[in-house]
Amino acid sequence: MNSPALPAVAAAAATRGLVEISNVHKSFGQVEVLRGVSLTVEPGEVVVILGPSGSGKSTLLRTINHLEKVDAGHISVDGELVGYRARGGKLHELREKEILAQRTHIGMVFQNFNLFPHLTAVENIIEAPVYAQHRPYAQARERALELLERVGLSDKVDVYPRQLSGGQQQRVAIARALALDPKIVLFDEPTSALDPELVGEVLDVIRSLADSGTTLIVVTHEMGFARDVADRVVFMDQGQIVEEGAPLQIFGAPRHERTKAFLSKVIEPAFNL
Amino acid sequence: MSAAAPRSETRPETIAPDAALPPAPAPDPDAAGSADTPPSGGAGPRTAHDYSGYPVVAARHPWRWAGTALVALFVAAVLWSLLTNPRWEWDVVAQWFTAESVLRGLGETLKLTAIAGTLGFILGFILALMRLSSSPLLVSVSWTFSWIFRSAPLLVQLLLWYNLGYLYEKVSLGIPFTDVRFFEVQTTTLISQFAAAILGLTLNQAAYSSEIIRGGILAVDQGQLEAAAALGIPAWRRSTRIVLPQAMRSILPTAFNEIIGLVKGTSIVYVLAYSELFYTVQVIYNRTQQVLPLLLVATVWYVVITSVLSVFQYYIERHYSKGAVRTLPPTPLQRVRRFFSTHAKTSEVAR
Repeated sequence: MNSPALPAVAAAAATRGLVEISNVHKSFGQVEVLRGVSLTVEPGEVVVILGPSGSGKSTLLRTINHLEKVDAGHISVDGELVGYRARGGKLHELREKEILAQRTHIGMVFQNFNLFPHLTAVENIIEAPVYAQHRPYAQARERALELLERVGLSDKVDVYPRQLSGGQQQRVAIARALALDPKIVLFDEPTSALDPELVGEVLDVIRSLADSGTTLIVVTHEMGFARDVADRVVFMDQGQIVEEGAPLQIFGAPRHERTKAFLSKVIEPAFNL
Repeated sequence: MSAAAPRSETRPETIAPDAALPPAPAPDPDAAGSADTPPSGGAGPRTAHDYSGYPVVAARHPWRWAGTALVALFVAAVLWSLLTNPRWEWDVVAQWFTAESVLRGLGETLKLTAIAGTLGFILGFILALMRLSSSPLLVSVSWTFSWIFRSAPLLVQLLLWYNLGYLYEKVSLGIPFTDVRFFEVQTTTLISQFAAAILGLTLNQAAYSSEIIRGGILAVDQGQLEAAAALGIPAWRRSTRIVLPQAMRSILPTAFNEIIGLVKGTSIVYVLAYSELFYTVQVIYNRTQQVLPLLLVATVWYVVITSVLSVFQYYIERHYSKGAVRTLPPTPLQRVRRFFSTHAKTSEVAR
């Protein structure tokens, strides 16, 4: 019955961070946002999702950690279904506690940071390891300080989010996502709310993560970043994946008309300046 | 800035190499056309006018001062009449202010406020969570509770609880629809004046505070819940550590309004002949006929309680505004201290 899960479990160490999305559909009311999306992300791979707004990129990202329930299709991480358990030929919905446990393997970074404003930087990072993963406080704090140093904010440990710049806030948010030692980190337009001059510092942190072997799925409008860092670029439009491939191919020789149209709109104006 | 001799070498703001005009005279806002703008004619390069040597003259607000004087005059007049009109009978107020019966009544008022306030807000919190839950049953139970207890006048509620014995002679615990009873009490012995007062005030308070707490929770950004859920933080921790502290910022001002309202609202239990502050004062003036001075006794005590609560409110709100503002403003106490320390310094300098 659950034989498909077995090989994945056996090879868990080797396949840390494998995401399989198959034929996912999702509607909000009358609007069908995802219309049969299938995508496999290999362990350690960096996938950048591009597409016009309203194309379903963010929704797709949010289905991976079950912030959005899918209407049809399924998603699995390292062979384990997200949000459901297959038993007796049926999919049983997981209880909230089990869903929360699954989410601790999947970090998420939001467009608007969503740091907890009443907690200091270090408290923001410690919260989940201590209360979701039940790690000892001292150990979680030590790890939090390490992470803050890694994102270049070791001097901002006890500072509240509103006292930080946007770029610094987003770096704290990245540290917060990493504190759970996730197999996968999802980035939902991590630099869209930032001033242009602050984008670089956040992208640098993400770039260093890409080299660390964690699976990254990034929704972004930063074409330069996509070209430099992505192993694979996925182009979405109207709830479907139109085209995917290596960055050189997508940017250099897009096959699909819609991809061409989108890229010409996004890239050329920037260079014509 | 003194007027005007050709001192352009020492006044950088008038450096304008090609200026045919003499250096600008001292700033005089009344003289039309002589504002301190650099001469803009000529073909040479324009140099920015340098205002660095100018002192700043604060804007004047004559109407603000007129208003202040008017209000001060009015306050003085009111105070004067309060102190000099013998019919206020301040000596009688002073005589009864700390009388034992009045203090006992005050104690009862504080007790009712504390118990009904605490229980009311705990029940209100539970009702608010029920109302925000995804269970239609819990939502409608919570809604109905608020609907009923906000609709019925508090006076009616109190009298109803007190007269519960008339409606139901006995209160018993047993298996419904059978004759099995585990225990049974006369309602009248169970519902004392105190119990009726607490029941009425608590349930009424819960109905109002549930809406206040719900409003506070709704005001918290949805992204906060989402982030907490994405991090796998358990539901209870999410409500108590992430949502509630942030909701507190909008809950507190209204909640203190409610508590302060409750302090005086407890006076309504005089209908149960419950001897809290207001009832005590009434009993006394019915005997002595000194109505106004005794009402003043009660009023001054209510003012004292409200003042103390306002101080609590200030510091509690300050506690929950951590992280919401970049730097907290100084407390009044800190301001006074700073005023005196800087004042001391300047007077030292003067010496």
